[in-house]
Amino acid sequence: QSLNDGTNWEQNEEIPRLPGETRVTDKDVIYMCPFNGPVKGRVYITNYRLYLRSVENDPVVVLNVPLGVISRIEKMGGASSRGENSYGLDITCKDMRNLRFALKQEGHSRRDIFEVLTKYAFPQSHNLLFFAFANEEKFSENGWMVYNPMSEYRRQGLPNDRWRVTFINEHYSLCDTYPSLLVVPYNATDEDLKKVAAFRSRNRIPVLSWIHPETQAVIMRCSQPLVGMSGKRNKDDERYLDIIREANGQISKLTIYDARPNVNAVANKATGGGYEGEDAYPNAELFFLDIHNIHVMRESLKKLKDIVYPNVEESHWLSSLESTHWLEHIKLVLTGAIQVADKVSSGRSSVVVHCSDGWDRTAQLTSLAMLMLDSYYRTVEGFEVLVQKEWISFGHKFASRIGHGDKNHADADRSPIFLQFIDCVWQMSKQFPTAFEFNEQFLITILDHLYSCRFGTFLYNSELLREKEKVAEKTLSLWSLINSEKSKYTNPFYTKELNRVLYPVASMRHLELWVNYYIRWNPRIRQQQPNPVEQRYMELLALRDDYVRRLEELQITNNSKVSNSSSSSASPSQMMSQVQTHF
Amino acid sequence: TDGRNQTVMFDTLEDWRYELERTKGNVKYKAVTTNEGYRVSEKLPLYFVVPICISEESILKYEGRGIPIWCWSCHNGAALLKMSAFPKEQDDSTSQMQKAFLDGIYKTISKPPYELLKTEDLSSSLPSLQDIQTAYTRFKQLFLIDNSTDFWATDVKWFSLLESTNWLEIIRRVLKKAIEVAECLERQHTNVLLIEESATDLCCVISSLVQVMMDSYSRTKSGFQSLIQKEWVIGGHGFLDRCNHLHKSDKDEAPVFLLLLNCVWQLVQQYPPAFEFTETYLTVLSDSLYVPIFSTFFFNSQHQKDINTSGESLKIQSGPFRFLTVWDWSVQFDPKAQAFLNNPLYAEKPKPDKSQRKTARFKHQRQLSLPLTQTKSSTKRGFFREETDYLIKNILGKTIGKFINSSDESPNSFREFYDSWHSKPVDYHGLLLPRIDGPEIKVWAQRYLRWIPEAQLPGGGTIATTAKILELMEEVQSLQVKMDEEHNQGTFGDVHSVPMLRNSARLSSLFPFALLQRQSVKPALPTSTWKDLEDEEDLVKRDDEFVDLGGEML
Repeated sequence: QSLNDGTNWEQNEEIPRLPGETRVTDKDVIYMCPFNGPVKGRVYITNYRLYLRSVENDPVVVLNVPLGVISRIEKMGGASSRGENSYGLDITCKDMRNLRFALKQEGHSRRDIFEVLTKYAFPQSHNLLFFAFANEEKFSENGWMVYNPMSEYRRQGLPNDRWRVTFINEHYSLCDTYPSLLVVPYNATDEDLKKVAAFRSRNRIPVLSWIHPETQAVIMRCSQPLVGMSGKRNKDDERYLDIIREANGQISKLTIYDARPNVNAVANKATGGGYEGEDAYPNAELFFLDIHNIHVMRESLKKLKDIVYPNVEESHWLSSLESTHWLEHIKLVLTGAIQVADKVSSGRSSVVVHCSDGWDRTAQLTSLAMLMLDSYYRTVEGFEVLVQKEWISFGHKFASRIGHGDKNHADADRSPIFLQFIDCVWQMSKQFPTAFEFNEQFLITILDHLYSCRFGTFLYNSELLREKEKVAEKTLSLWSLINSEKSKYTNPFYTKELNRVLYPVASMRHLELWVNYYIRWNPRIRQQQPNPVEQRYMELLALRDDYVRRLEELQITNNSKVSNSSSSSASPSQMMSQVQTHF
Repeated sequence: TDGRNQTVMFDTLEDWRYELERTKGNVKYKAVTTNEGYRVSEKLPLYFVVPICISEESILKYEGRGIPIWCWSCHNGAALLKMSAFPKEQDDSTSQMQKAFLDGIYKTISKPPYELLKTEDLSSSLPSLQDIQTAYTRFKQLFLIDNSTDFWATDVKWFSLLESTNWLEIIRRVLKKAIEVAECLERQHTNVLLIEESATDLCCVISSLVQVMMDSYSRTKSGFQSLIQKEWVIGGHGFLDRCNHLHKSDKDEAPVFLLLLNCVWQLVQQYPPAFEFTETYLTVLSDSLYVPIFSTFFFNSQHQKDINTSGESLKIQSGPFRFLTVWDWSVQFDPKAQAFLNNPLYAEKPKPDKSQRKTARFKHQRQLSLPLTQTKSSTKRGFFREETDYLIKNILGKTIGKFINSSDESPNSFREFYDSWHSKPVDYHGLLLPRIDGPEIKVWAQRYLRWIPEAQLPGGGTIATTAKILELMEEVQSLQVKMDEEHNQGTFGDVHSVPMLRNSARLSSLFPFALLQRQSVKPALPTSTWKDLEDEEDLVKRDDEFVDLGGEML
């Protein structure tokens, strides 16, 4: 059940410890395991994790929880509570589990542990730094080198005669939630961009995310136009969208995908937002993709947790699952992304994608569409670039959505938008098991460190803030961990296929609940690890390599010595029995 | 290879004796010839197996009813038995006589050397055939889709539609029952007697499943085929009526055999390396149920087959009427297609020779490490019952009460067995228990989605990985041939390699049942999506952030 977090543990320790991790306190507790009943153990708190080891159980029960996953700590029972194990702490986690510890009632024994936990789990609320700033791990790879915006745009063939790189946002003066480097139409001046920014929510102007190598059709991302109740128009914005349309010599209309449901887009007018109306944008076609807002998604995941933790809903599993709407949201997000990808690919038409602010649903749609269109993003490195680019650099508010180190567990800004994206990727990898270079463990590891605060990768809301906090200098990148041990995260079935558009089927017939993630704490549901199919294939690969080596040896021996010297290698028939029985 | 040669047909005494020997059931059970010429019953096979102590007279007395018939023996000696129950009798004296008869039978087989006996009345603890038929009819309806609009319209409420058919729930209950039976045999060393009116429907499902779970031989292709012969074809499952082949009357129709295949499929997809056959094998087997050139699944009983294939048919002008067995797969498929029936992931059972003794020792690891709540050394001899056991309650009455041990079984015994097994690594050649929690029971997508173009995944699905494995195996085999050549410094003329798929990267998930149907590269797009969130109206209307943009800009 422990979080598998790498090999950098210092040896000869009674508990695992990362370089830079310091012990704070420890205490005898009873872990109220929802699956195996009360477990007597000792809990160790460090500045990074909560670690519990049972004292009586065989095999030993271990809990290894980075404090970053803690969302809420509550005291249960009082000094006068009766009943066994009724006094202690209740911990709600962000990764689909709750932990409950019972302590001795005498002498307010939980007070200090509660305080220590609260302090280190919510450093932001206590003017403390994230553990990422104390982490002294060493990796052979430097994950901060993975994403370089200029090289990524070059890989896409940019800049070219229609698209240019602008440094207008170098000091984040145009838009404080955008990256410093932006790609915009060649025919739009920096002055034009400033005027457009005035008409887009939070100045998030339409900029290029991806360009089709053949059709030159592009995916643009932005926020909603500030139309408002009075139906304001902005000539510069209108002209700018027309420049985008013309950039690939396109005669047909520009397609705008508004990720929201129609009614929400209309409702946004009341607060100054809105959508591109037909009158103002005669050369554009607008479609609503009906994806709900962050609050709906948060509620949906909460409902999902209710039916899978601690116990999986026994009867009426399917209708319970349906009532959480989680997979229906996944279906809508995937459907939207398919439409975007299809428009760019077979429709050969440029698209503009936005929602309200362009950092939640928009990021989901553009990154998923790019994953469908561009096989580079289906590699380990490519996917890291995709996350780094579309999510981290374009200001998905990780700090607010996850609530890193923040004690306000009920904050309405929190929402599992990125988790939903990773789930969509998992659904795609499930439907196309040979199309992705990375495996399920890669996705789960990303999600684990989305919360852990061991790496700087997902900290803070924007590139501006990350630069201010010197994240790249002072913390390590999650990609360092992953790229240093790449084989662990690699899918052996991966078959490189260039230029193949990958459309998942966004049907409930194929969408499944990601059991290995959402129900992984339940020992009754746990899947076999390692995956036997994968393991078998790896064995075959090893066998093939062995054969190739032996064959080469044999050929050398046979060529050099004509005499029939007996070879030391095993006979083929022995090798064959290995093929069939090696499990 | 020709499956016919390996499949045991169970139409001879030798076949039964061989099976007794294989399972080491021959100490306590014997194959009998009492039914030669169908003296006992036309419903029973010519040869079958009963406890040694059962006399010929008792078998003859009620046409085989009330007689425990052997299905299989577990490695610890506990046996799986089935019995055809007496129908409810209005006449008091008749039921008294039947009661006394059963009393005698139970007394006989509860003495040493027999293990404790647990009876399991399937008609009261499992859904009725009518329920099964109703559920499957509804389930099947979900996959009969006319057009794309239909597909997407039903997609919106797919999970609740699926649940309302009850089909997956029935699969879950059947699997659960099979685990309960396995627990009795494996952990409690108790004989289990399955009881059903005819002993040819749910008895077949449960006894087959238990054997698939407990006997790794039943997970090989020939072993599974032999099992189907034993329990279903010779066992007297009424295929003709249940499949309604002649469309004479709907009232006896029930997809009992399909229910078994659906349950086995759950195991196949949960434990891919444990089976010699693939899901494709199960799919084509299920299709063969309705291919009328085979006699295998055509008749209600061995007797019915005999009279139709030998006696009367001889009068037909065209000479002896010959049916084929479905197990000869070469009739339906060329060798290339047959390759899809064999699981490339299957890990053959290690042979206990010198070099592999180490592996062999681990074979029963799981079985030995199970906590034994009731062991063989128990001094109590007799049998006990479940509270639900209608038969004993109503027919045997008090007379039998003294033989019934109060059940030591706690309600958690099943859960404990299930959890304890699942907490250990899987031995693919040992006991295999299905996972039965809600998310684990799935729709057999290959069988039910294969004709629906919207559900197609071009280049995707499990076939994508299977193709990769086959490709690699082919490569390994050709390397072996090259090695042989190098060793012998000569060339062999005939290179034997398994027929494989070439250029497999773009096989569709519907392969091998349908070729790419969507010619264009257009994605399948839902035409009807769900938007309704009545219960969350307030959330839906909220904005992502509470910032008034209008004010900001003015």
